[in-house]
Amino acid sequence: MLLAVLSGFLVAASLLFPGRPLKGKGAVLLTLLPAGLFIYFCSLLPQAAAGERLFFHYPWVPAMGVNFDFWLDGLSMVFCLLITGIGTLIFFYASSYLKGHPYLDRFLGYLSMFMSAMLGLVLSDNVISLFVFWELTSITSFFLIGFNNDSEASRKSSMLALAITGGGGFFLMAGLVLMGTVAGSYSVQEMIAGNALMKNHALYGVICFLVCAGAFTKSAQFPFHFWLPGAMKAPTPVSAYLHSATMVKAGVYLLARLTPVLGNHPYWSLTLMITGGFTMVYAAVHSLFRTDLKSILAYSTISALGMLVFLTGVGTGEAFTAMAVFVLVHALYKASLFLVTGVIDHETGIRDVTRLSGLQKVLLPVAVAGVLAALSGGGIPLTFGFIGKDLIYEATMRAGNAGLLTAAALLTNILLLYAGFVAGIKPFTGRLSEAFQDVHLPPLSMWLPPLLLAVAGVVLGLFPGVLDVPVVGPVVTAMQGTAEGIHLHIWHGFNFTLLLSAVTLVAGVGFYLLRKPTHKAELTIGRLGFISPQRLITGAARGVIRFSDWFTILFQNGYLRVYLQYIVLFLTVLLGIRYLGEGRPEISVSQFSEITVYEGVVSGVILLAILVTILTSSRLTAIASLSVVGYCICLLFVFYSAPDLAMTQFTIDTLTVVLFVLVLFKLPAFTKISTTAVKVRDMVMAVAFGTLITIIALEVLEEPVNKEISRYYAENAYVLAKGKNVVNVILVDFRGLDTMVEITVLTIAAIGVFSLLKLKINPAEKE
Amino acid sequence: MKTIILKTASRYLLPLLLLFSVFILLRGHYLPGGGFVGGLVAAISFVLHAFANGLSNTRLLLKYHPRILIPIGLGLSLLSGFVPMLFGEPFMKGLWFPEPLPVIGMVGSALFFDIGVYFVVIGVTLTILFTISETTQLEE
Amino acid sequence: MEVILAILIGVLYAAGIYMMVRRSLVKLLIGLILLGNGANMLIFLLGRITKGSPPVIPEDARVFAEVYADPIPQALILTAIVISFGLQAFAIILLKQVYIVNASDDLDDLNPIEEEI
Repeated sequence: MLLAVLSGFLVAASLLFPGRPLKGKGAVLLTLLPAGLFIYFCSLLPQAAAGERLFFHYPWVPAMGVNFDFWLDGLSMVFCLLITGIGTLIFFYASSYLKGHPYLDRFLGYLSMFMSAMLGLVLSDNVISLFVFWELTSITSFFLIGFNNDSEASRKSSMLALAITGGGGFFLMAGLVLMGTVAGSYSVQEMIAGNALMKNHALYGVICFLVCAGAFTKSAQFPFHFWLPGAMKAPTPVSAYLHSATMVKAGVYLLARLTPVLGNHPYWSLTLMITGGFTMVYAAVHSLFRTDLKSILAYSTISALGMLVFLTGVGTGEAFTAMAVFVLVHALYKASLFLVTGVIDHETGIRDVTRLSGLQKVLLPVAVAGVLAALSGGGIPLTFGFIGKDLIYEATMRAGNAGLLTAAALLTNILLLYAGFVAGIKPFTGRLSEAFQDVHLPPLSMWLPPLLLAVAGVVLGLFPGVLDVPVVGPVVTAMQGTAEGIHLHIWHGFNFTLLLSAVTLVAGVGFYLLRKPTHKAELTIGRLGFISPQRLITGAARGVIRFSDWFTILFQNGYLRVYLQYIVLFLTVLLGIRYLGEGRPEISVSQFSEITVYEGVVSGVILLAILVTILTSSRLTAIASLSVVGYCICLLFVFYSAPDLAMTQFTIDTLTVVLFVLVLFKLPAFTKISTTAVKVRDMVMAVAFGTLITIIALEVLEEPVNKEISRYYAENAYVLAKGKNVVNVILVDFRGLDTMVEITVLTIAAIGVFSLLKLKINPAEKE
Repeated sequence: MKTIILKTASRYLLPLLLLFSVFILLRGHYLPGGGFVGGLVAAISFVLHAFANGLSNTRLLLKYHPRILIPIGLGLSLLSGFVPMLFGEPFMKGLWFPEPLPVIGMVGSALFFDIGVYFVVIGVTLTILFTISETTQLEE
Repeated sequence: MEVILAILIGVLYAAGIYMMVRRSLVKLLIGLILLGNGANMLIFLLGRITKGSPPVIPEDARVFAEVYADPIPQALILTAIVISFGLQAFAIILLKQVYIVNASDDLDDLNPIEEEI
């Protein structure tokens, strides 16, 4: 199972190597990956349907309760089948759609990583690994949406998608960690077992808010919906995959998965119902004003997602059934419509619905797919969509406040039918215009996938019973514990639900016949843009950027000395306050060693040389006096029993002077740049800092010293390492690895110098 | 600085200083000295020669560019760390020949490590100095 | 003597910091070297100073018989000295290249006038 989940990553990594054949005909072979996975999950279907517990445990950080636990129940099964099943068709389709694209291998790599991340997400039992996969889907979808990375609009919308879903990820992480803390376990199963604890906990409201925020951003619920239409900049196979079956459904999946834990509580139901309900109506109305095919589909997708969230919120057995069916319905017809759009776009280069007509004459199989998908999406009798719509009405009518809910669902369904017809039927009917005369049918791999999906929508509509026990029942069981009395029928008899369906049908079709999408309507809605959530949120984001800009400039303004001043002043003030607060430290001079004449003279010379270094205006004098400082320190090392240090300091000092002279002797004298006031200010700061260091040094000398490590080295230098110069033994034996690293650093310095000097700077870049 | 005295002296000083640097290197385990100082002294001896005779002449003395010493030294040090692993000991464990050699004293992995350090230091220092003076000359 | 050394270290630090906040690149480098010297001396002093007894085991003995200077700070400083040589060499060359490109020693000339972020 772990292999199944991670296979996409492995395949993506392996794509780095063969490269060339995969860009050509070999690309189709990758379809085997999702196809194989699809078969694998199908083979597990009977077991899952029988209620067998399919649990796979792979430890990751067991000490912290974080594991790769995969749990395949009815709910995750449906999603796994959708991900791999539709994934197979998408892979197949994409290998033709992007044929000859220079980065086809990269695209398929992203796609398989994305698929794996989705599988991991829906299979995880552990909420931490669930979150990891959740973020992985955000990241991989970022790459997919921004695949055309040479277009600015594409980069922008992928950034937007990442920012929104990533921001939601923050909330989700907080929510999941809180849940884990409350439940005492990160396992979803254990959370379900202890859900009473969760619901009565003081933090329930907070958890509910955080989890919903995460799910709503992912599933494009109002007011975070705007990233989804932007994401239509992606290649069409991506839109089809992300927005029909996978990415955006992740939020819905999460809500469904956590319903047994958090659901059945007024906070949860109301939040989901209000947000979902509002989103579905809002987005459905919005889709009326679009003329771009993908844009219409994007808004109808948001609306459908709203519907799913809404149904999860209603929380009755009927609602869960309706949700399970609608997930399938929507995945089938929406993926199909997206793929149909892709074919139209690919063959004609046009996605403007007002200019497309009559294409059935040239793209017949695609037209069949489009029409069937639109019919299923519209809920025409004998399609799978009809059953889904029926169940939705049944769910709303049996819930509390039935009138309002049913009205909202009715309105949404009418508008969704309209949007589906515009996208799936409109381009194919009417007169074929001159421009499209020579459009020809794409290869099989491009028209077969949408046709298959659309036909599946009809077949399932005719025989809904096949899904009863193996698929829909287990989903409802996963969400509410039992699946009593769940049966899917084509025919429910003459009742109020049928009336509602009829109303939907008549109103939708009538609306479609009467109203044509126009550019004028699109402009009208564009004028309201200034109060749209997108504008408000991006405005807020821009404010944050401006603030951080200002804040960064305050501290990191590109002037090295200002950085230093901040650091030094901060340290001085902090330590100074502490010392002054504790009173003057006592320093007993008595126990220190006496001052001999040599030491006194050498110290005096050092002081003098430092002063000369600072005050001189000649570079050579400064360098000469600097070397005097070095040599005198070398003498100090001699006085205080450090012959090795003295030798090293002496040679290094010599070499440094040579270097300085080689490089700098031609440079002009120091020019006076700073004003006297600035110099005095810096001097005060420097002296304060120096004083502080002196005081600290004296303070430390007062403390007793621990020589344990030194003693170990000294006593074992000869015994263990057969050396008598303890310093050298430490360097080459006891701490040999450090020295190893040190000479490596030296090597890097030499390489740096070498490349800096051999680097020829282009005169044009000199400005 | 091309005085005749320095020129003549450097001809004898170079081998002497090099010998001295090896001496410092080898005695490092028992008395003050070691790979770092030894390498630096050797580098200085070349610098002295370059000052007296000009850099191009110094380059002629060396058959190869000194940067070749860097990988040699690094390799030697690393190798001396790996040798104990052949005997089933941990990385960088000190290994010694049982009997001391005359002049050098005990020979062991640490000595080879130190020789590696010596080479790296010479290589790095001379590479830096040579590159600098080469480019400076080019600009003149 | 420790007091004088401590003061010396303070002066080295102060001089280093003062030179580093100047606008000249060369002064920045000199400041860096002074600061490095100060830091070395600080480590050395805090390991306590001992006169006339280097950490070398006498020829005829296997362990130290009497007091010896602390070898650890010495090993640390030896490393620091060599590393700082590499750093200085790199910095000097960098400085030279900057001077060639910019024809100025003034750090402020390196900043672009207004950079859009």
